[in-house]
Amino acid sequence: MRLTVNGTEHVLDLDPRTTLLDALREHLGLTGAKKGCDHGQCGACTVLLDGRRVNSCLLLAIAHQDSHVTTIEGLDGHPVQRGFLEHDGFQCGYCTPGQICSAVGMLDEVDRGWPSAAADDDPLSDAEIRERMSGNLCRCGAYPHMVPAIRQAAGR
Amino acid sequence: MTTTTKAVGAPLARIEGPEKVSGRARYAAEYPVDGVAHGWIVPSPVPRGRLTAVVADPTGDTMAVLWHGNAPSLAAVDDPELAVLQSDRISYRGQPIALVVADTLEAARRAAQVLHLEIEAEEHETVLRADHPGVYEPETVNPGYPAATVHGDVETALATADVTVDVTYSTPALHNNPMEPHATIARWDGDDLTLYDSNQHPSGVAATVGEIFGVDRVHVITEHVGGGFGSKGTARPNAVLAALAARVTGRPVKVVLPRQAMFSMVGHRTPTLQRVRLAAGRDGTLSGIDHQAYSQTSRLYEFAEQTAVVTRHMYAAPHRRTGHHLLRLDMPTPRWMRAPGEAPGMLALECAIDELAEKLGMDPIELRIRNEPSAEPESGVAFTSRHYVECLRRGAERFGWSGRDPRPARRREGDWWIGTGVAGATYPTMAQPSTARVRALPDGTFEVAIGATDLGTGARTILVQIAADALDVAPERVRIRIGDSTLPRASVAGGSSGSASWGWAVTGACRSLRDTGRDEVTFDSTELVQRQETEGRHAYGAHFAEVRVDAVTGEVRVSRLFGMYAAGRILNARTARGQFLGGMIMGMGMALHEEGVLDPAMGEWVNHDLAGYHVPVHADVESIEAAWLDETDDRINPMGSKGIGEIGIVGSPAAIVNAVWHATGIRIRDLPVRLDKILDGLPAS
Ligand code: FES
Ligand code: FES
Repeated sequence: MRLTVNGTEHVLDLDPRTTLLDALREHLGLTGAKKGCDHGQCGACTVLLDGRRVNSCLLLAIAHQDSHVTTIEGLDGHPVQRGFLEHDGFQCGYCTPGQICSAVGMLDEVDRGWPSAAADDDPLSDAEIRERMSGNLCRCGAYPHMVPAIRQAAGR
Repeated sequence: MTTTTKAVGAPLARIEGPEKVSGRARYAAEYPVDGVAHGWIVPSPVPRGRLTAVVADPTGDTMAVLWHGNAPSLAAVDDPELAVLQSDRISYRGQPIALVVADTLEAARRAAQVLHLEIEAEEHETVLRADHPGVYEPETVNPGYPAATVHGDVETALATADVTVDVTYSTPALHNNPMEPHATIARWDGDDLTLYDSNQHPSGVAATVGEIFGVDRVHVITEHVGGGFGSKGTARPNAVLAALAARVTGRPVKVVLPRQAMFSMVGHRTPTLQRVRLAAGRDGTLSGIDHQAYSQTSRLYEFAEQTAVVTRHMYAAPHRRTGHHLLRLDMPTPRWMRAPGEAPGMLALECAIDELAEKLGMDPIELRIRNEPSAEPESGVAFTSRHYVECLRRGAERFGWSGRDPRPARRREGDWWIGTGVAGATYPTMAQPSTARVRALPDGTFEVAIGATDLGTGARTILVQIAADALDVAPERVRIRIGDSTLPRASVAGGSSGSASWGWAVTGACRSLRDTGRDEVTFDSTELVQRQETEGRHAYGAHFAEVRVDAVTGEVRVSRLFGMYAAGRILNARTARGQFLGGMIMGMGMALHEEGVLDPAMGEWVNHDLAGYHVPVHADVESIEAAWLDETDDRINPMGSKGIGEIGIVGSPAAIVNAVWHATGIRIRDLPVRLDKILDGLPAS
C-alpha cells in the first residue's frame, strides 16, 4: 500500500489491521504522533489528513492511501510551535505534538467559519480556543500556557 | 571567573523544548530497535482465583505465549507485583496473567484476544467499608510513620467544647493516567540487558530488574517521560514482562500498556473514608482534633497511605488523635499518586475546618490563623520556615476575599449561584541521597551528569541553573546529561524531592570542581542528607476558588482558581508556574471530575478509559493563577528550595468543595462533586 506523509510517498507492506497511527510510529519511524489511548479519547495521536485534524488511532492506514498526511515532523517551525515554546505550553511533552497539530487544524477551521459550542462573537476568544481544543487532553495541566500560545499563533 | 546574574530563579525556557514541539523527543516505546517483537499483556478477567491453563489458538502467528506454566522463574523482590507469571494465584482483575509475543502489534493483540484461559474463580470482595470486620490498623503508614498518634484527651475535649464538628468525607479511587502509558523495550546482549523504559527512577529500575533476573548490567534509558504523577516511581510489570519475553524469544520485545491497563497494574490513589472531629471554643481556638482514615490495599502488598499524617502538624490543639485503618481487598494495589496522603487528607481536614467556621460564624481564614502553631504540634520540633499565615493573608488580598458575605447561597448572577472558598495547602520538604558528576571540558563548557529524570517538571533545565550558579558560569556553558542509569546514581523523581536531592549533589560536585580546580568531580550527597537535623520541613500554600453553580442543572464551573505559595526559593519561575498550575488543575479534577467507578460484581473500575474517567480538559480551566512569596530557608538544602510538584493538588479540591457550599449551601462530603449530588439540594431561586 501507499501512504503519503509530509510530502513523501511511502510504499509499505502492512497488516490491513494497521492503524494510521501505528503505521506512522511502528513502520515509518515517525514517532511524533503519540499513542495515549488508542481509542480516540485523548487526541495525542492528532495529525492532519488533507489538512483536517484527525485522531490517527481511529483510522486504518489502508483506507487513506490517497490522502496527504501531515504529522508534527512536517510542521517545520510553524507559528503554533513557536507559540508553544514561547509560552511554555507543555511539561512532559507527550500530548504536545497532538495539541500542536490540533491547533493548526483548528485555526484552519476558524478560517473556514466553522462554529463551536462556545458560540462566542469572537471565534478566537480564549473561551473559543479552549472549547475547540478540548479534544486534546493534557494530564500535566499545561492548558493555561497553551491558550496564549495558540492565540499568539493566530496573530492575536 | 565572573558572572553577573544568577541563573537560579530565572525563567529559563526548557532546554528540551525544541525537541518536544517538533516531535523529535523520544519516549520509551519510540526507539528504533532492530528486530523488535511486540508483547501484548493478557489481563485477568476475574478479581480472585487460580489460572489453571492457557491454550493458544494453534493457527495464530505468535512467537510465544508466556504464563506461569512456562515462564522462567524470577527472583522475588520487595514488590510482589513484579513476580509476573510466577504463580497461578490471581489477586485482582486486570493482573497480568499471560503475555503474547508476535512479530507485529496487530498479531499479538489478536492472539491475546482469542487466548483461551482456564480459570477457577473464587468469591471476592472489592468494596471498602469502615465497619468491615477485616479492617485493621497497620503498624506503620508510608513512608514509615506510626499509624496512630494520641496526645492529651480528645474525647474530653470534644465533650466539653463550645462547638464541635463531626463529619465523614469520602474520596474515590483516583487514577494517575499520565498521558504516556507505561512502556518498555527490552533487549538482551548476552547477560547485558538494555531497557528503554518510561519511569521516574532509572537507577532504581535498573537495580530492581537486575535483582529479578540475577544480572548486574542493566542499562535503563529514560530520556523523556510522558508524565508519571507517582505511577512510574518504581519498575512496573511492563519492564519485567518485556525483559522476560526478550529472554525467552531471543528478540528485543516492546511492551506498551493499553490505556485500560493503566487503571489496574500501575497503581492508583486508594479510596478513602475519613472521619474528622474538631472541638473549639467560641473564639475559634481548637481544643481537639481527631482524624481517622480508612483506606484499602490489595492481597499482594500492604500499601498504607498516610492520609491523616498531615493533621499531625497543620493546626495547634492540645488534645489530638490520628489513626489509619486498612482493609485488604481483591483489588489492585493502590500506589502513589501526586501528594499521596496529603491530597485526600487535606480534603477532609480543610473541609471540616470550613464547616467549623460556618458553625462559629467566623471567617474561615481567621479561624485558620487563630490556630497557627509555633512548632509542630505533635512532635514539638521547630519549623525550618512556615509562612502559612502569610499565604492566607496575601492570597486573600490578591484573590479579593475581603467583604465576602459568609452566608451561603446569597450571590446569584443570572442562571448561576456564585460562591468562594479557601483551603490551606502543605507538603513535606524532602531530599534523598544522590550522586552527581561534573567535568570541565576543553571547550570551556561543563558536563553535569546525574541519573535523574525529567517528567515534565523542568528538572533538566533547573539542574543546569543550579550547576551554573555553583560553578559561577553562565548556564549556556553547562551541558546536562540525565535519564540514564549508567550515570551517577540518583534518587526517584517523586515526593517533590527531585530538584532538592539532585540539586544538592550537583551543587556539591560543581562547587568542589570550582574550588579545587580539578577537571572532574563526583559528589555523593548521602552524608550531608543524612546529617539533617530533625526539624519540621514543609512548604505551605493557600488555595482560593470561585465557582458558579447552574441554578437549574447543578453544573459546577470553576470561574477562578488561585494559589499563593511559600515554597522556599523558586528555582525557575517559568517551570514552577507550570508545576503549581498543573497540580491545581489535577486538584480540580479531584474535586469535580475524577472517579474510578467500581463494579463490585466484576471487581473492576468500569470507566477504565479516558472517555469514562474524566480528567480536566481545556474548557474546564478558566482563570487560574499561581503566585509565591519570596521565602528564604537556609536550613533545608543548599538551594533553599522546597518541592513544588505536589502542593498544588493539596487543598485545591477542598477550596472548590467549600466554594460549592458557599454558592449553594450544599455540603458535598463524597467526592467528586457531581451535579446529581447537588440537584436535589439546590436553593429555590
Ligand atoms: S491515541 Fe488517538 S485519541 Fe488517544
Ligand atoms: S504536557 Fe504532559 S500531558 Fe500535556
